[in-house]
Amino acid sequence: MFLQHLADGILSGAIVSLGAIGLSFTMKMLRFANFSHSELLTWGAYAALVFLSFFSTFGGFFDQTIGPFSFGLPLLFAMACACITTSLIAMFLHLYVFDRLSRSAGHMTMVFASFGVALVLRHLVTLIWGSDPIYYSNELQFAILLPGGVRVMPDQVFLFGLTIFTVIFLHLFMTRTRTGIAMRGVAESPSLAQVSGVNVNAIILWVWIIGASGAAMGGVLYGMTIQLRPELGFSLILPLFAAAILGGAGSLYGAVLGGLIVGLSENLSVMIIPTTYKPAVPFLLILLILFIRPDGIFGERKR
Amino acid sequence: MASAAGHILQVKDLVAGYIRDLPILHGVSVYVDRGEIVTIIGPNGAGKSTLIKAVAGLVSVSQGSIELNGKNIVNVPAYQRATQGVGYVPQTGNVFTTLSIHENLIMGGASLHRGKAERRIEELYEIYPVLKSRRREKAGVLSGGQRQILAVARALLTQPDLILLDEPTAGLSPKAAAELFALIRDLSGDGVAVLIVEQNAKAALRNSDRGYVLAEGENRIDGAAHTLLADKEIGEIFLGMRRDTPLEKEEA
Amino acid sequence: MIGLVSYLVFFLILSLIFGIAVLGLNLQWGFTGLFNAGVAGFIGIGAYTMAILTGPSRDAVFGGFELPFVIGLIGAMVVSGIAALAVGIVTHKLKHEYLAVATFGIAVTIQLVCLNWEYLTGGTLGLIGIPNPTKDLAEGPLAQNALFLCIVISLGLITFIAIENIVKSPWGRMLKAIREDEIASSSLGKDPARIRLEAFVLGCMAMGLSGALYVSFIGYVSPWDFLPILTFQIWTMLIVGGSANNRGALLGALIVWGVWTMSGYVISNVVPSEIQAQGGAMQAILIGLILVVMLLLRPRGLIGEELQVSRHARSLND
Repeated sequence: MFLQHLADGILSGAIVSLGAIGLSFTMKMLRFANFSHSELLTWGAYAALVFLSFFSTFGGFFDQTIGPFSFGLPLLFAMACACITTSLIAMFLHLYVFDRLSRSAGHMTMVFASFGVALVLRHLVTLIWGSDPIYYSNELQFAILLPGGVRVMPDQVFLFGLTIFTVIFLHLFMTRTRTGIAMRGVAESPSLAQVSGVNVNAIILWVWIIGASGAAMGGVLYGMTIQLRPELGFSLILPLFAAAILGGAGSLYGAVLGGLIVGLSENLSVMIIPTTYKPAVPFLLILLILFIRPDGIFGERKR
Repeated sequence: MASAAGHILQVKDLVAGYIRDLPILHGVSVYVDRGEIVTIIGPNGAGKSTLIKAVAGLVSVSQGSIELNGKNIVNVPAYQRATQGVGYVPQTGNVFTTLSIHENLIMGGASLHRGKAERRIEELYEIYPVLKSRRREKAGVLSGGQRQILAVARALLTQPDLILLDEPTAGLSPKAAAELFALIRDLSGDGVAVLIVEQNAKAALRNSDRGYVLAEGENRIDGAAHTLLADKEIGEIFLGMRRDTPLEKEEA
Repeated sequence: MIGLVSYLVFFLILSLIFGIAVLGLNLQWGFTGLFNAGVAGFIGIGAYTMAILTGPSRDAVFGGFELPFVIGLIGAMVVSGIAALAVGIVTHKLKHEYLAVATFGIAVTIQLVCLNWEYLTGGTLGLIGIPNPTKDLAEGPLAQNALFLCIVISLGLITFIAIENIVKSPWGRMLKAIREDEIASSSLGKDPARIRLEAFVLGCMAMGLSGALYVSFIGYVSPWDFLPILTFQIWTMLIVGGSANNRGALLGALIVWGVWTMSGYVISNVVPSEIQAQGGAMQAILIGLILVVMLLLRPRGLIGEELQVSRHARSLND
């Protein structure tokens, strides 16, 4: 049983990791806690649903599922399109809400605004797609039996593989490309980056694109392995914050590691506490880490 | 690049501050010529740092002008000023501590074409071999003096006409400070205009061509560096010294 | 006509009940700068305390002490105050975003407890049959509601005057000093952490009072009444009215609750029945839009605090 919980923990942790990357980056670079970030997962998942039905109309080769998975090429294309859609939403929100507020008000005002944005985004999903659960596919899948009696679905293996691939890709991006290096520089000191000749506003748009794409992938993978529902992202708010805070704002590996810790502790907790209290586990993690490091991991605050 | 007659930097009647309607500078004028080292001194709160940040583009300007090679850059965003010929080395946080030395230099060349930036980095490694040998290390592990060298190198990547240095020797050992001034003199020898803000007024003026004394956000005195060093009033009023003590006896 | 009057009374009762919670939040955020994103949790604690203390006894569920209304009110405030004290002690070192995340988590946890600890809260069914104090004092629903309105107005007024006086007292001036500049205020010899904690507890007691009044009026309590959207609504009320202004807090409660009920009315009468189920979503979108647009266009609210150049801003100078 323990091994099964471990496997489930890693898998749900992978989804949290993907979502937490963007939250962690925006927390560090825009210096505000974005309560609407988790809604980008929901939007990613539902946007993929729309593109999935579009790509599925091509038929032929597109009808086939790949290997043991429940999905075929259309879902992969749909995921890519979902990343683009979610990035556009995030950039729109940045330009018309968060960036304007960061100039005129302050970072706490941005937090209120993120409450409002979260409400709008979540309930738009309900309005457009209804509140009933939806699935990408009705294909039946057979679990793979791993050593130790652990059962995983092929789609879950895909989820795990894609997460690892994404993290490696992002690692290379952050260390090998000039944009990635500039992003790390802006995270440490926006003003020094500016006087070095870095267009900080352009870099921040990149942060949103990466964060939103990670969120969209997390959302699609959640939809693929569990289901789509309007509260998908909302139920992940605390896990995402827990992962970002655990890992230290602005840190790619921190967010990924934080996500895994959150996923594992949630799933292992059910061996000790009633399952119904599982959603409180990330919150306890947040309290614990903040109790140890009360100034948090935002780094020095510059105002 | 500058026309023979014009100044590299000319600041005219600058009114600027961190918050609108609460200016710290009340009409400051300063100029720096090609190959010249100019130091700004003054008591705490005089607005020295504010002036240098205004030139770098980090402080909002409400009146006056900042001309670089004869072109007013008041409305140019900070990141474009780096491209147009301003290199700025801030007082604190002058390097990206979480990036490697090499990555710090890449940041300095963010506005250049990739190939050009790579060539410049190699050129700077030639000039400052200490950076090349430690290129993979994080800048956070460098000593204060080495950080200043890295910060200057980062600012030089774009081959600026003007370098702004905010308290460059603060916290440095006398030896490291002397090395840094030697480096600064080399720069001016290459034709770069240098504007320094210094608490360590004596050492800075000794290495400068001219100096300005600011107080309460206004120009007080300016002149050749050696004249200022010999001026009794400066020692008394602005640097808190005993009456009638010049900063330094005028060297014959 | 009677219908309209009784509707107006009903509307005023609820907006004033929320107004009391907004006043509590205003003490925390407007005057002290404490970001409490767990408002719904503290309202919920007050509501459940009231239900347990004054409700009828029932099998297999704790409570049902059938105590008087006033004891219920006091109990609700005391229990939410104690909860706030515990939360405040754990989070007292946190600032801004972190406090927001932590208090948000607390509200989620409180809601989970309400949902799952059946012995105490009745679980998903909630607790029903909570007595309305006006039932034996007046005849007919309209008179009862009018009487209840009087109770709510009196309590709202007491809360308003109490917080106004608190804010104007020397202690209250410390709050603003803390909000503006914690370091400077600690140099005055006061302990900012302690004063922050006191303000947090007082604010949460007002929220508890609000929750207690809510259950007495509605007559039952269920965990679905204290979802995070309630927190967002209370916040929107404060932002719309204007933070750091108690009149603004009450005005915001009236306006936002007015928009909420009117939009609900319009949706249930205008929107085709096939998509009636989505009506709640439209209302939530409206609240979200109001919050965002207000922050963009009028960040200080309809009647906010007088703008001052804060000392904090000046301390940036070199």
